[in-house]
Amino acid sequence: MKKSLYIIGFCTLTFTFGACSGTDDTIPSDPNTGAVFAVAGDQVGRPGIATVFVAAADKDNFNVTIPSVMNAAYQAKFEAQLQAYNGGGFTSNILTLNAAAFTGVLATDVLGVSTTGKTTYYDGTNVLTGRALADDVIDVSLILIFGGPAGTSNPGLTSDHVDSNDKAFLTSFPYEAAPW
Amino acid sequence: MKKANLIVAITSMALILGVGILWASDHADAPNVKNKSTDITDLYVFQGANTNNLVFVGNVQGLMSPATTQTAKFDENTMIEFKIDNTGDNIEDLVIQCVYKGGKMYIYGPVKPATTGLTSTVVGTASVVVDVTPYSARTPIIASTNGISAFAGPRDDPFFFDLDQFHKITGGTASSFANPGTDSFKGTNVMSVVVEVPKSLLNSTGKLGVWLQTKQKV
Repeated sequence: MKKSLYIIGFCTLTFTFGACSGTDDTIPSDPNTGAVFAVAGDQVGRPGIATVFVAAADKDNFNVTIPSVMNAAYQAKFEAQLQAYNGGGFTSNILTLNAAAFTGVLATDVLGVSTTGKTTYYDGTNVLTGRALADDVIDVSLILIFGGPAGTSNPGLTSDHVDSNDKAFLTSFPYEAAPW
Repeated sequence: MKKANLIVAITSMALILGVGILWASDHADAPNVKNKSTDITDLYVFQGANTNNLVFVGNVQGLMSPATTQTAKFDENTMIEFKIDNTGDNIEDLVIQCVYKGGKMYIYGPVKPATTGLTSTVVGTASVVVDVTPYSARTPIIASTNGISAFAGPRDDPFFFDLDQFHKITGGTASSFANPGTDSFKGTNVMSVVVEVPKSLLNSTGKLGVWLQTKQKV
């Protein structure tokens, strides 16, 4: 059993270089094809959504709610939480989104990604066109939640003053820094 | 993961969590995934160094100390799956499935899923297979096939946040962040899967919606 798996693995590896037993066009058997993974685990689109806006009692449910029905299930709850953070005083934010519109965006926890231009969580011009490793997503989130329409409200709460990672990222694949 | 290793991993995680890290980006976000191989920390999607490509980063098993990372493993019973909507209805049209087996990470897709939603079946044969980079490796192991590149292994957690100060604020013992702040994730690692894919394989009209799921075999 182990030996045959090893051989399959070897053929798979070899195939990536173009040959297994000399037959270039043979697709090697694959150890996982058809395997079923049916026990739902975790689910994430944008950073911090579940942890900031989802109540403790809903956290497991949020992870197994598919995005297409998230808005109906969670927008009103998110709006209540947003107002709770702001003592009921949230009016709008620097994206000119009021409480209902902003939480309407947040409740569907899907990361928007541009395939035609810069990918950034928010850079002052581009909004939610991806998430790069160096993006300061916490400051963006804090400004949108606490900063008010001009981004200047609650100045003590709109940045954590940690603006970059603890290790430099790589300029080429796999981009993330080596482990500590 | 062997049971003994699992116990070591859980114990180590509990020690870290015990000093006050309760949650972060999506680290340990919910009771059913906390301390498990299914616990996602973060999703990143960005344009590659080659701007014709998109890079998908899925990180799991966060808050690991260097000592914990030495014995950390991917789980053969857990699929790490990127869901990609290219029509704007928040239903996946394509998936990239990552399944660990025998020391290698098998990457499937981008491909149309057998079914949408919470149950996933491995579709077809792997697009690319990469050896998991061991903790001790000086350079990351990368495999590339058909224009798709893949990496799997331990990495520094790219997330940064003064979580401890945030806890003080929400706990009522501070009224604002400190300046400068302190990165609560400094010195911690994650298990990471990185897949770089030509945009031409994603059937995009300009914008995608992406989310990351983990799920286990029955």
